[in-house]
Amino acid sequence: MDERYQALEELGGYVASHLKRDLLHREIRYGELMITVRREAVAAVLKTLRNDANCLFQMLIDITAVDYPEREERFEVVYNLLSLKRNQRIRVKLATDEEKPVPSVAEVFPAAGWYERECWDMYGVFFSGHPDLRRMLTDYGFDGHPLRKDFPLTGYVEVRYDDEQRRVVYEPVKLRQDFRSFDFLSPWEGMTPLPGDEKATKEKPS
Amino acid sequence: MTGDPQIKTMTMNFGPQHPAAHGVLRMVMEMDGEVVERVDPHIGLLHRGTEKLIEYKTYMQAIPYFDRLDYVAPMNQEHAFVLAAEKLLGITVPPRGQYIRVLFDEITRILNHLLNLTAFAMDVGAMTPMLWGFEQRELLMEFYERVSGARLHACYYRVGGVHQDLPAGLTDDIRAWAEQFPKFIADMETILNENRIFKQRSVDIGIISAEDALAWGLTGPMLRASGVAWDLRKAQPYMVYDQLDFDIPIGKNGDCYDRYLVRVEEVRQSLRLIHQCLDKMPSGPVIYREKKIAPPTRGEMKRSMESLIHHFKLYTEGFHVPAGETYTAVEAPKGEFGVYLVSDGSNRPYRCKIRAPGFPHLQAMDYMCKGHMLADSVAILGSMDVVFGEIDR
Repeated sequence: MDERYQALEELGGYVASHLKRDLLHREIRYGELMITVRREAVAAVLKTLRNDANCLFQMLIDITAVDYPEREERFEVVYNLLSLKRNQRIRVKLATDEEKPVPSVAEVFPAAGWYERECWDMYGVFFSGHPDLRRMLTDYGFDGHPLRKDFPLTGYVEVRYDDEQRRVVYEPVKLRQDFRSFDFLSPWEGMTPLPGDEKATKEKPS
Repeated sequence: MTGDPQIKTMTMNFGPQHPAAHGVLRMVMEMDGEVVERVDPHIGLLHRGTEKLIEYKTYMQAIPYFDRLDYVAPMNQEHAFVLAAEKLLGITVPPRGQYIRVLFDEITRILNHLLNLTAFAMDVGAMTPMLWGFEQRELLMEFYERVSGARLHACYYRVGGVHQDLPAGLTDDIRAWAEQFPKFIADMETILNENRIFKQRSVDIGIISAEDALAWGLTGPMLRASGVAWDLRKAQPYMVYDQLDFDIPIGKNGDCYDRYLVRVEEVRQSLRLIHQCLDKMPSGPVIYREKKIAPPTRGEMKRSMESLIHHFKLYTEGFHVPAGETYTAVEAPKGEFGVYLVSDGSNRPYRCKIRAPGFPHLQAMDYMCKGHMLADSVAILGSMDVVFGEIDR
């Protein structure tokens, strides 16, 4: 385990010395190396990681995003890379928002094409220079980006087959019962301070 | 020069309901006569928003969703998720739990390959293997039922181990099944391996080189058939795979026939692993009992108030997972199945991205079909082992 950690640390140092000012942050957690890079440089960074003889991250495993609505740049785009030569993984991250485009890496990795389409579909992260940025998983003519935190779980429209019109029609969602999100959080085992549990929070500082 | 006659490419719609599409796949194909020029797969017809739903569920409630992704290989996918949660929690599974997991991972691999190999054979014209294969699958699903109560959507793995110990007599029955199974493989190989029709339909069809396979993100048997010896069970072993003895079969040409052969050999290796698991299986607990991650035993619950509270809280609130993020992958039968799990320290995942192996495989469909005949695209699709539950999520 220690050996692997050291190898990752070395790799991290090497990557940092090569990327210089494109690299914003680097850390190892749970035995996984993560680097944060400048958004504009991502294509160049992935190219370096793939071609450099000491890295050889030949395989793009995944591209995804995470939504943090409270942040100024709310989306974190995550690239997972795998090196068969080194038997190591690296996670490249960058921040963006609804407006700012992320350079597409479809030129570097052909596998990126669909991943970026999915990311665009689910989060509305725009990838500039993508050859074919259409929706991927949602319905034809779908509106909105469902994995954003402000998109309701139940969605906005529902479909049914209309006998009279003899076609499938879209209607606003009607719920028989309000959507309920149960909040079971409690001071069980004292794992989390509860909102509104003044007693617990007051006792702690003393 | 009179000029060539104008050749117009024809656009053809394949699916979404087509017996050879292995689910709800729609492919818009541009054809030049009988030759495929471009394939544009339209996916998402089975999209159920699994990732969104998981964000609204506790960690334990999220496990059944993984059965419903690739419904041919449910347990391997549960495994990826529970491994990710275990990594964030920093817990290790007790040895017996680890062996049970490996045992059922391999049973699942055989289940998956049985379906794929025989369905592939049926795609290219051989009916019999399918009928034989389903008999064996049924026997294996009985083992599923005996440990979890369900034939398909088992939901047997839990964070920290597995839900229950194996019922009495199950190991003997698995051993008895494993004794008779090689005969099925031999029979299937007798009708397929040297079969003229089968070989004509699969040899040199859909060749993908090792470099292209890497660039397109192919994993699992797809990658190994192209000659890359890469298996997460060997390269980044989880559970007790590093203590077991098995080989990684690889192909030479990267065509449909090699993918078939690699899968057949993987079935044999899985059988070896099953034998080893049964032989080496230690006794002891099957789930990690500390940190209140596992429910108390029924007996405790009936006697102790604290255990009753623990049980109630576990099944309503669930356990909390420390804030952090991880990408954890397992070698599912179809390839690398990974879960990118982001936790914010609460009882629900903040984000759970599912990396399904079939997704990049289907993406490479366009590349692999180019220049092939229409009928070959069916063989290529069959050799890819696509299941829409995992691709559409």
